[in-house]
Amino acid sequence: MTAFVVRRLAFACVTLFAVLTLVFVLVRIVPGDPAQLILGDQASREAIESLRHRLGLDLPIGEQYAVFLSGALRGDWGVSMVTGQPVIREVLRVLPWTIELTVVSLILGILLGVPAGVYAAIHRNRLVDYAVRISSLLGLSFPPFVAAIVLLLAFAIALPWFPVISAQSGSFAAWYRSITLPAVSLGLISAAYITRVTRSAMLEVLSEDYVRTARAKGVPWNAVIWRHALRNALIPIITVVGLYLGILIGNSVLTEIVFSRPGLGKLLIGALNQRDYPMLQGMMVIYTLVVVLVNLLTDLTYGFVDPRVKLK
Amino acid sequence: MSQMSAARGNSSAPAQTPLAYFAAQTIKAFNTNKTSWIGLAVFLIVIALAIFAPALAPFDPTDQNILEKLRPPSAEHWLGTDSFGRDTLSRLLYGARISLVIGVVSTLAAMLLGSAIGMLAGWHGGRIDTVTMQTMDVLLAFPSLILGLILVAMLGPSMLNIIIAIALTSIPPFARIARAPTIAIKEREFVLAGRALGYSDTRIVAGHILPNIFPEILVMGSLWLANAIRTEASLAFVGLGVKPPTPTWGGMIREGFENILDSYTLALMPSISILIVIFALNLLGDGLRDAVDPKLKGET
Repeated sequence: MTAFVVRRLAFACVTLFAVLTLVFVLVRIVPGDPAQLILGDQASREAIESLRHRLGLDLPIGEQYAVFLSGALRGDWGVSMVTGQPVIREVLRVLPWTIELTVVSLILGILLGVPAGVYAAIHRNRLVDYAVRISSLLGLSFPPFVAAIVLLLAFAIALPWFPVISAQSGSFAAWYRSITLPAVSLGLISAAYITRVTRSAMLEVLSEDYVRTARAKGVPWNAVIWRHALRNALIPIITVVGLYLGILIGNSVLTEIVFSRPGLGKLLIGALNQRDYPMLQGMMVIYTLVVVLVNLLTDLTYGFVDPRVKLK
Repeated sequence: MSQMSAARGNSSAPAQTPLAYFAAQTIKAFNTNKTSWIGLAVFLIVIALAIFAPALAPFDPTDQNILEKLRPPSAEHWLGTDSFGRDTLSRLLYGARISLVIGVVSTLAAMLLGSAIGMLAGWHGGRIDTVTMQTMDVLLAFPSLILGLILVAMLGPSMLNIIIAIALTSIPPFARIARAPTIAIKEREFVLAGRALGYSDTRIVAGHILPNIFPEILVMGSLWLANAIRTEASLAFVGLGVKPPTPTWGGMIREGFENILDSYTLALMPSISILIVIFALNLLGDGLRDAVDPKLKGET
């Protein structure tokens, strides 16, 4: 087990390093001088020079890279051009909102998607299977902000059951009221993905010999499905859930905007509109960290769910 | 298995012209899932509506009429008007052009670049393969919508830059899908035969491997076209679309969302339009995928 964990950790470090390098390159291939872009055409030469110095843009490129990498890893991501606050503080302030939203959505997606996928697979090519397939295809056709707007129209405006702006906390009732619509709008789309992969993974497993053997020796059908088949179908499901979490974090940006919910999304759009380069760079670092961490967790879960994985 | 070899097995083509054979195989693939026909039909209708927008649109999509603003659907304005009094139906028809052009061009670019990268990596193997595919995995790990947002914000929201950003974020999946079959096919006898005849690498890859992986790339293309249209709308929704007053669906949803308490149709109409196009493309691609690769059935 230790060797397996160490190997996965090492791979995560390599990925982290690679994506950080990508972020560094990305921020620097922008045509034009960032300092000039931030200050505008009227800015004086001295102002531009001093901003370049503050941003560290006057250093040789190799040195900039070293400063960026060590800063990124130490949590020193510079200071926001707009608020003057350290980027990491701004990011950490809103991060819990985004994590809460994505985790609740993902749980919703799993709770809906896995049973629906299993059920469809058992009833392959029957009416219910077609219904599940078509509705899941429809579900993943929804741009996330469209799903959010439709839910907002239906359940906050036409039927005023939930608040239009969902940023309350405090009591459980307030929390429930504020997270339901954003989480459902993301959760339904996640459920669509998870349903489809569960269905196809189950179909594959159900045709295996050991499933036939289990049935032949008289194992109850329910136990065959949930203990023998689903357990073996879990690996592709976990892969998709892990990959999907990256998409979900991206999708949550738009959902947060629609529901005026605090979070990385609002911070990101604000930074984009105001060309807050240190903030953008810091946000890409945090997205990278989250994605690499999720991939690592996914990998480790494989080893936990399927002992055979560790041997490879 | 027989389905797969039928869809792919150009090597065992009967005595037909290649074009007739390809057409027959395509129709067969469409018939595997009849829903593909529905998807194709809807998509073609949308393309026709976009092409003939100038003839079909009852009004100029940018003509403002402040006296007629935020009107509900009526006999004159079938889908109502927006906050500048512009006709929603006309804007939807013209907006379809932007969505389709950006979607199709960026997907074609990603298809070309991605499959070239994937085939080269698979063909050469070794270190080139490892480095290329690791890079693709890293790109794949980053949330593509966020990458697109940042790219467009930095390059500036012009049509070309939006196309570049969407194309760049869609390259990795094509590289992956092109690489695996290339590795499998390069061991086949007809490749060996080509080498024995002294064909160049380029000729073998382009003339003999590409046709074999073409169906898969096309099917992926239809699914990623749906994704590209969705991304374009998302970019426009946060204000990184083609500049107003040019109508785009994402931009219309944004405007509708800002006036959501005054008129709900304004956000709803472009939302439904996007949904119809993406759903049609998903129906098309999903149905065809079963024919091209039965093993992938239902996977996303």
